[in-house]
Amino acid sequence: MDFRLSEEQEKFRQEIRDFLEGEIKQGLWEPKCDAWIMAHDPEFTKRVAQKGWIGLTWPKEYNGQGRSYIDRLILTEEMLRYGAPAACHWFADRQIGGAIVHYGTDEQKKELLPMILRGEAYVGLGMSEPDAGSDLASLKTKATEDGEEFIIDGQKTWTSGGSHMNWIYLVARTDPEAPKHKGISEFFFRTDLPGVNVVPIVDITGEAHFNEVFFENVHIPKTSLIGERNKGFYQILNQLDYERSGMERLMANYPLFEALIKYVKETKRKGQPLSKDPLVRAKLAQLKIELEIGRLHMYRVAMVMDEGRAPNWESSMSKAYGTAFEQRLAGAAIEIIGLYGQLSPESKWAPMHGMAYHSYLSSKGYSLQAGSSEVLKNILALRKLELPSQ
Amino acid sequence: MQLALSEEQEMLRTMARDFLSDKLPKTAVKEIEESEAGYSPELWKEMAGLGWMGLAFPEKYGGSDMSFLDLAILLEEMGRACLPGPYFSSVVLSGFTILDIGSEEQKAEYLPQIASGEKIFTLALTEPSASYEADGIETKAVAEGDNYIISGTKLFVPDANVADFMLVVAKTDKGFSLFIVDAKSEGVSHTVLKTIAEDKLCEVVFDKVKVPKDNILGEPDKGWDEVEKIIQRGAVAKCCEMVGCIQQALDMTVEYAKDRKQYGRPIGSFQVIQHYCADMAIDVEGTRLAAYKVAWMLSEGLPCTQEVAIAKAWAGEACQRVMALAHQIHGAIGVTIDHDLQYYTRRAKAAEVSFGDASFYREVVAKEMGL
Repeated sequence: MDFRLSEEQEKFRQEIRDFLEGEIKQGLWEPKCDAWIMAHDPEFTKRVAQKGWIGLTWPKEYNGQGRSYIDRLILTEEMLRYGAPAACHWFADRQIGGAIVHYGTDEQKKELLPMILRGEAYVGLGMSEPDAGSDLASLKTKATEDGEEFIIDGQKTWTSGGSHMNWIYLVARTDPEAPKHKGISEFFFRTDLPGVNVVPIVDITGEAHFNEVFFENVHIPKTSLIGERNKGFYQILNQLDYERSGMERLMANYPLFEALIKYVKETKRKGQPLSKDPLVRAKLAQLKIELEIGRLHMYRVAMVMDEGRAPNWESSMSKAYGTAFEQRLAGAAIEIIGLYGQLSPESKWAPMHGMAYHSYLSSKGYSLQAGSSEVLKNILALRKLELPSQ
Repeated sequence: MQLALSEEQEMLRTMARDFLSDKLPKTAVKEIEESEAGYSPELWKEMAGLGWMGLAFPEKYGGSDMSFLDLAILLEEMGRACLPGPYFSSVVLSGFTILDIGSEEQKAEYLPQIASGEKIFTLALTEPSASYEADGIETKAVAEGDNYIISGTKLFVPDANVADFMLVVAKTDKGFSLFIVDAKSEGVSHTVLKTIAEDKLCEVVFDKVKVPKDNILGEPDKGWDEVEKIIQRGAVAKCCEMVGCIQQALDMTVEYAKDRKQYGRPIGSFQVIQHYCADMAIDVEGTRLAAYKVAWMLSEGLPCTQEVAIAKAWAGEACQRVMALAHQIHGAIGVTIDHDLQYYTRRAKAAEVSFGDASFYREVVAKEMGL
């Protein structure tokens, strides 16, 4: 047992910090909460790619860095700490590249992986549908074979980054006759094809980071199929473990936490800094305690991945824990700020650029996306604790 | 960074678990709890024979030269088994303190006695103020010739009823000092308190107790730094016990949920019960990760004020959540005195308030955050 990071890892962390601080100093972007999923900045993504920080964990034979998941966790932790606009490459780096490495053909690897590594693939995840949320296997979007092509018809929803994506990773039904889990396949294709129509959904923050995506008679080459036909559901279960695994499920609002600490030190109430109020101190200390417990969960998940295992119950645990923490953080931030906490970012009176307002509203979705907390607790109960399903 | 235990550590865990499940069924725990001594001298001897008392002490003092992290494994298993007795007092609170600041003579004299189990030590720190802070200590030690005269009342002193020696924290001229006091000294008296964990916490009165100056542990007047270390070690060790306690509560609850049938099916197949169990598991794992992190940090000699505060604050409250759900799932059988769950419920509550509760440590964290 050893909780220490290696000297190289500490150096790597410093290198990332220097890079991100340099970017902020140059005024290239401003730290934001939720930037990993909401802030699309193709130029930033290209600069990250040039550093070799996309595909960090991919095997070297595919021009990845062959580094550990702990290394990647350090990278993502710092991206989140600084609220860096990493949304363009996040999904591709986190799970799609890995899926292609794992399930793709040699041709697909040759064609698709370099594009991701260059920071040119902005990938949307086409999973949920209006009638297929937690019960993903009920999806209805069809992929019908037609000569050398598949024809896609149907609708996806809650597609994050849909309005920025140029590629989509889509799960669709390829065998309508088979039992529902056994007739699904995975596809990866460009979204600038005729028949693809993206309609943004405005969420309760007033922003539109997720979307409905309609597919009407969309022709894609057969080579878009990833992995085995009709085995897509089983492939995606594994990918979901990775989707849930990361620090973005704990630290998406880290800029708010930092700003809040600064705010209570600088803001006076009744003639003394808010930070001297025992209730405020207790609340913030509790958040710090919960954050650090969450970080331990996240590092454990990365260690599991470094052992070569998919982090199944571990990432279910860390995501359920982490998203609940973020919701408490956002709620506590508004409580601490008091009346000012309700002000939207547009108000000149809003402290901390209205971050608390944004995070509070945004965090309501955290325990739903990428597996609701209820689904995650089912996984924990059935797979870790081996409770009976009936 | 890696979390796996070494092969030796896994062996230690297996050995401890096997030994304690064999020697310490809950009937034995009950018997020991109800006994006047509060420990089993036979079991104590066997534990000493296994090398448990001296596990983390250097070989030259009769120990096995293992680490605090190794000890953490043992403490977790003791928590799982609800081991009653003065192990914590003698080894964690006293042995490490002597090792840390004792003179060579003191170490050579006392540590082998602790390691062999021949003598039992304890710590007399807290007082009626029930505080772990310096301003809560009023017991005084006044120099008089070659002696100090100690007067005052200590409260919540564990195992004073069976201790041969006590490490007593007292105010001296310009600060605080620690003394090794023979428990049989004239003027020392104790009363066992009736507590929720049925452990032997005592009121100990020092009525002009004469202690030779040679029995000062560490530097006179400069003892408070060590007291803080003792509290820190106590908190870490308590966290490790708590991990065992709530892991066992979770295991028992999951087993019960698999067996207990209502409406024609195991209650563990109902989603509400499954989610309760999942919530318990999340709390148990968080507590374990935090406890082992600080045990590792202590082992490595790394500064860990904030980490210990985080671990103990978290563990105290997580234990309460876990035990609440364990009871809810067990239903009425879990609140009967004959069911094993109550051993864990009682200990978890006592552990929460021992060596600093969550409020105490939240303030430590707040200070560390620069608030």
